[in-house]
Amino acid sequence: MSSLLRIILQRLGLGLVTLFVVSIVIFVAVNLLPGDFAEAILGQGATPESVAKIREDLGLDQPLIVRYFEWLMGMLTFDLGTSFAQLNFANFGGAGSVTVAEQIAPRLSNTMFLATVTACIAVPLAVTLGILAALYRNTAFDKAANMFTLSSISSPEFFMAYILILFLAVLNPIFPSLSNIFDGMPFSERLEKSMLPALTLTLVVTAHMMRMTRAAIINLLASPYIEMARLKGLSPMRVIVKHALPNALAPIINVIALNLAYLITGVVVVEVVFVYPGIGQLFVDSVKIRDIPVVQACCLIFAAAYILLNLTADILSIVSNPRLRHPK
Amino acid sequence: MSRLLTIKGLKIEGRSDETWNPIINGVDLELNKGEVLGLIGESGAGKSTIGLAAMGYTRDGVRISDGTVEFDGIDLVNASAATKRSLFGKRIAYVAQSAAASFNPAHKLIDQHTEAPVQHGVSNRSASVEDGIELYRKLRLPNPDEIGFRYPHQVSGGQLQRAMTAMAMSCRPDLIIFDEPTTALDVTTQIEVLAAIREIVEEFDTAAIYITHDLAVVAQMADKIKVLLRGDEVEEADTRTMLSAPKEDYTKSLWAVREFQRPQQPPPPDDAVPVVSVRNITAAYGTTDVLHDVSFDIHAGRTVAVVGESGSGKSTTARCITGLLPPRMGEIAFDGEVLPADYRKRTKDQLRQAQMIYQMADTALNPRKTIGEIIGRPVQFYGGLRGAKKRERVNELLDQIELEPSQYYNRLPSELSGGQKQRIGIARALAAEPKFIICDEVTSALDQLVAEGILRLLADLQDTLGLSYMFITHDLATVKSIADEVVVMKDGKVVEQGPKTEMFTPPHHAYTDLLLSSVPEMDPDWLTDLLKERGVENIGDAAVDKM
Repeated sequence: MSSLLRIILQRLGLGLVTLFVVSIVIFVAVNLLPGDFAEAILGQGATPESVAKIREDLGLDQPLIVRYFEWLMGMLTFDLGTSFAQLNFANFGGAGSVTVAEQIAPRLSNTMFLATVTACIAVPLAVTLGILAALYRNTAFDKAANMFTLSSISSPEFFMAYILILFLAVLNPIFPSLSNIFDGMPFSERLEKSMLPALTLTLVVTAHMMRMTRAAIINLLASPYIEMARLKGLSPMRVIVKHALPNALAPIINVIALNLAYLITGVVVVEVVFVYPGIGQLFVDSVKIRDIPVVQACCLIFAAAYILLNLTADILSIVSNPRLRHPK
Repeated sequence: MSRLLTIKGLKIEGRSDETWNPIINGVDLELNKGEVLGLIGESGAGKSTIGLAAMGYTRDGVRISDGTVEFDGIDLVNASAATKRSLFGKRIAYVAQSAAASFNPAHKLIDQHTEAPVQHGVSNRSASVEDGIELYRKLRLPNPDEIGFRYPHQVSGGQLQRAMTAMAMSCRPDLIIFDEPTTALDVTTQIEVLAAIREIVEEFDTAAIYITHDLAVVAQMADKIKVLLRGDEVEEADTRTMLSAPKEDYTKSLWAVREFQRPQQPPPPDDAVPVVSVRNITAAYGTTDVLHDVSFDIHAGRTVAVVGESGSGKSTTARCITGLLPPRMGEIAFDGEVLPADYRKRTKDQLRQAQMIYQMADTALNPRKTIGEIIGRPVQFYGGLRGAKKRERVNELLDQIELEPSQYYNRLPSELSGGQKQRIGIARALAAEPKFIICDEVTSALDQLVAEGILRLLADLQDTLGLSYMFITHDLATVKSIADEVVVMKDGKVVEQGPKTEMFTPPHHAYTDLLLSSVPEMDPDWLTDLLKERGVENIGDAAVDKM
């Protein structure tokens, strides 16, 4: 068990190094974006003097390296900085400055909520469908499941979203078509309002996971130990679930992790369609007005989500393998 | 005696390229309760296919096209999947060739053991766990109370094979199919498994079909023997008759293989410089030493056989000689000149001198390259030949390994048989024009007749080219037929070495003796006598441990 702990700590350390490298890439890339906040906010009336003034106020005139280390130190103390946009409003006599953290936190929690709801539907669905497809491979069921999931993944997300709205909100008003959730909304109502975006995302992510489950299991069916299980007279279902699935877990877990990461980072379109106040929308809006601190913070959160989920997948894969759990 | 299994006119077809080709062309088989039938033949003879068909089971892409299989009055060919499932594991059990691959790596042994009795409703879990432990004890597994609670990767191959026999016994079936259960094991381990299987089959009066390509093994196990050749029955007789008076030429030829013997060459003059000299090698993987102070010489035109069980350090020694694993201490000398320990520091000419032929020709040849490219690569790399000259040299090499160049030059490895692939491996080694070749278990994956062809080819090449061989093997029959000198290894040490004739005449080192006496002989009483001689408690592993 101590070796397992060592592996986990090792991976965690590597994850932190990766995150550090990614932070450099993010910082450089964001600062290479053409145009800057000052120009974007002043628009047509931008005179060189006013641009310089705002740049100085925001510290944009400092060298890149200095700004990077200031930002990095902030990150290390969980100070994500202050949003340019909000800062500006404060200067023009608004209601006090809002930090990036305050701005991101509710959005992130909304996104996590949607991702969780989707995962709760999609993962069991995909794995079950995958197992059934492997069990009844090459039958009509298998082909239908494949075709359905493939067509849902190949259609654009907004298209799937509008189809669902048409059938589940307009023709049969089961769920609301707007998902404008807000703080303090009771859980059941939140859940109801998030249902359509969650279903849309389920359609998008199920195919990958289902097909990987099916392929990983079928890949093992030629193994001698599967033949042995059959020759012990076990039922086909037991052969698949008890003998093939435990050995197919590693690739399945990895695909699930990738899809969960996608649910956190890649759902802008769905958020826009359903007016869901998630982090994706905030991110896109911030890019538009060059609100650099928010963009950087979002990027870093996305990167951390990817790294953390893949790390979890790695660890679970190790734990699912008795060779690594119980060394000789 | 009452009849248990009757197979009549069994025909089986296999699918390839959209057509069904015959694999078994009408075989009859009868088995009474408590009787053991040995099925013997080379690979491709259809032994395993018949064994599985005796359960009414066929692998994907294979079908029973004609004939009947009747088990205790039940027609297995037309039985529903559910009927078969109710028999499998409960009344008919199967023991596979590789226990290591046939145990599910994700579950503990005992959980796999109890699965059949619990699922078939023969017993409950706790009773079946107890019974499992009892069977482990009967099969003389070490720590029978605990071994079942380990995962397959924590248990050795021979122990797994016995655990699988125990698993097959879990429901006390009427019939067990043993599909080459000892082929993958060392001789000393094989004895133990054979003894255990025979004892338990006798005790529970279980009928068995014992599939193997090793005549000496089947002689110990079977009441009667059926010989197969490419899907046809050659002959069947009770064991003693079959061994003493085989009728058919093919059966006689199977017997004859064991008689190939190359005369031992005279010892080299005292002042001769050995081609390869291994001097006091100690080598480690990580921090554990796996070789301890290994020394031996290989002289020009001679064959040194390195024998020992798996894990004894034979292949590690080869890795040290080739420089893949630089030894921690000691040195390798070639023609008296000490070589750099790491292959990366050796010159091209030093690398050229020592070549290797591998056990699994399948994995040692690049499946995407043609034979011409595979052999042409070292011709170009070491000889610097290109174009027409390279082609000419490749053709010459193909001639040397007795394959028609025009036919094989453009083929892919997948289009060759196992023996032909091994010949390509030999040609690739020869392409470098080496003085010395390491043959790592080159015949152990091959049938006896094919293996004999390879051994003869290697012997001829040695005569014409003056090659020296280091022959790594665990098969003492191979040693007898080809070696000039023998090095016996155990636990990374050399326990005995000397000329072959000396090694095969007593007195031996105790371990050499154990190895030699563990090689099955054709005498059907051999195992019984040996067990009596060694004492029941002192077979195989147990005997090794005491040294």
